[in-house]
Amino acid sequence: MSSRLNTSRAAAWGTALFASALALTACSGAGGGAGDSSADSGTITELTLATVNNPQMVDMEQLKGEFEADHPDIKVNFIQMEENDLRDAVTKDIATQGGQYDILTIGAYEVRLWQQNDWIVNLSQWADDDAEYDIDDLFPPVRTSVSVDDDLYAAPFYGESSFLMYNRDIISEAGITVPERPTWQEVAAMAKQVDTDDHAGICLRGKPGWGEGIASLNTVVNTFGGSWFDMDWNAQVDQEGFRKALTFWSETIRDSGEADPVSYGFTECLNLFTQGKAAFWYDATSAAGSVEDPDLSEVAGNVGYVHAPVVETDESGWLWSWNLAIPKTSQKQEAAWEFIKWATGKDYASLVGNELGWSRVPPGARLSTYDIPEYQEAAGAFADITKETMLSVNPEHPGVNPQPYVGIQFITIPEWQDLGNSASQVFAEVYAGRKSVDDALAEVQELAQKAGDAQK
Amino acid sequence: MITQVPFLVTIYYSFREWNLLRPGEQRFVGFDNYANVLGSGVFLSSLWATVLIVGVSVAVAVVFGMALALLLDRRFIGQGLARTLLITPFLMMPAAAALVWKWALLDSNVGMVNWAFSLVGISPVAWNTDHPIVTIMIVLIWQYTPFMMLLLLAGLQSQPGDVLEAAAVDGAGPVRTFLYMTIPHLRQYVELAVLLGAILLLQVFDPVAIMTRGTGGTKTLSYLLYERAFVGLEIGEAAAYGVLSVIVTIIVAMVALRTLFKVFKTEGTR
Repeated sequence: MSSRLNTSRAAAWGTALFASALALTACSGAGGGAGDSSADSGTITELTLATVNNPQMVDMEQLKGEFEADHPDIKVNFIQMEENDLRDAVTKDIATQGGQYDILTIGAYEVRLWQQNDWIVNLSQWADDDAEYDIDDLFPPVRTSVSVDDDLYAAPFYGESSFLMYNRDIISEAGITVPERPTWQEVAAMAKQVDTDDHAGICLRGKPGWGEGIASLNTVVNTFGGSWFDMDWNAQVDQEGFRKALTFWSETIRDSGEADPVSYGFTECLNLFTQGKAAFWYDATSAAGSVEDPDLSEVAGNVGYVHAPVVETDESGWLWSWNLAIPKTSQKQEAAWEFIKWATGKDYASLVGNELGWSRVPPGARLSTYDIPEYQEAAGAFADITKETMLSVNPEHPGVNPQPYVGIQFITIPEWQDLGNSASQVFAEVYAGRKSVDDALAEVQELAQKAGDAQK
Repeated sequence: MITQVPFLVTIYYSFREWNLLRPGEQRFVGFDNYANVLGSGVFLSSLWATVLIVGVSVAVAVVFGMALALLLDRRFIGQGLARTLLITPFLMMPAAAALVWKWALLDSNVGMVNWAFSLVGISPVAWNTDHPIVTIMIVLIWQYTPFMMLLLLAGLQSQPGDVLEAAAVDGAGPVRTFLYMTIPHLRQYVELAVLLGAILLLQVFDPVAIMTRGTGGTKTLSYLLYERAFVGLEIGEAAAYGVLSVIVTIIVAMVALRTLFKVFKTEGTR
């Protein structure tokens, strides 16, 4: 009997060890991969580029062969990530001087903060000397947002504001006319009218993460007369304007929004809308390129675009740009600039247009893009409104009240990433019906005050 | 030495205030970080989320694993294929598994689960918004059931044939044989499965990061730690969370290992 027991015990341990080994193998699969260099890396400069997995960046990876053909001594490896993951990964890397990447895709929020910390390379040393690069052709508000003292610290790849998109079929079937400059109340009423089991009335972001969950909401807060801080950095989250905005946003999501708001950010709404399963969608102007591409979208050519809805302000779009920057830790800065020059240069628009389709050209970065006849024709539905909105927003004073920082859908302080993320999680509980608006605002007010105190 | 140095460095950081985005403003703050961590209530709610998610997932995975092991512990055509297919979820990268569930299965718009529900007239479920904890548990149970199955199958197959034969000769039916012969024999395998499963699952991160992002009571300790360090960029506070997590894990591991040794001691002297 005892020998049998020994056998069974050995079998149990053996199986356990085997299973644990399998578990370890599975874990190691998750971590490996990046940063391999080929045998001939002595002659070829390999660049590692971290970027967000938005369609325009996916296109850039698809076209990188053109760059590599012109520059046989440079190879570019792309690491594509979701917005939240990208931000975490690159911030961690640069703040700890990790040096994993040679080119970073960073947003307008990071540029100024990172420049202050002396983390990114001044690109003007190359851009100013290169007449072909034509820095004056960059979209003025975007150029301002990535410059400090007129020096360029990141090269805009594309710029965007926000606007309201609608599915023409669904809207005209309901006998509705969407005004060119609607109010949020009008939009909520129209969305409710067209909401059915088959499609959502409107798709609004509710996914946690400051970039995902707070961007859209902040423009609503601004136009409802709310704000995060007063001029002395006292938190204003529990005040009337913010309360009205959050109440409106959560009620609209509940009444006529997508079914699973906590899962829905930009990509999810893009999928829903392009499948014809949402009547309205309030989001980035850069979405239009994908919405109008017949290969990607079932509603291409059938979408209307109007200004971001307002309540108390004249305009309520946001201002954002995705930019390419070189971390100071990179050992391959010259090669990195070569790639950035190609990807953000004047000719890139034509390359995308000819190779992949004109509606997929990255918008809002270069004025010359808007002079290309093919682009005007392909992007006629949304090009003008994008340009107009981007030139009419005011990042220094987007809301009703004055604010002590520059930024529309974000606050340019180091604590914002944390505050925005935490706040978005609290607000997600409101969308899910597990928390009241008042409780959520009281909780976020406390978090915001802590961040505000750090600025005093 | 190699394992302890990082831990000592973590303890050192836990006494400092250091936000990565303010590189020039590091300073010593004593136990302030610990006071913040314990005072905010986030740590305790996160500990509870971890216990709940791990506890339920392990328990259900053991039950399912047992059922599958019983089914596999008999000869049938295609047994090898069935076993391979059943093991597959455990071999999948946790992040890939979470993505498959998020997009292909549980998505409210194109997910197959909601599609299947629609066939039988059940209205679609917003898994992530309405049932975040269940969503995470489903993924974990799916992924860890094969692990449990493997262990329990080994237990079943190590069951001495002569004992089962004797039981049959004595007129015991399958149910009685299972209850009085198989279950006691499997006890140590179940205990091992629970312990190893709990240790592996304590680190659950991927489905939380990919599916719920810490909402709805799914902020497990590992996700909380990640958030403090890489979203909040508060290195001092994250280090304090880390130190406390290590203490909790050591306590859990000690209790677990003691139980494990007790099991084998009893078994050995029997």
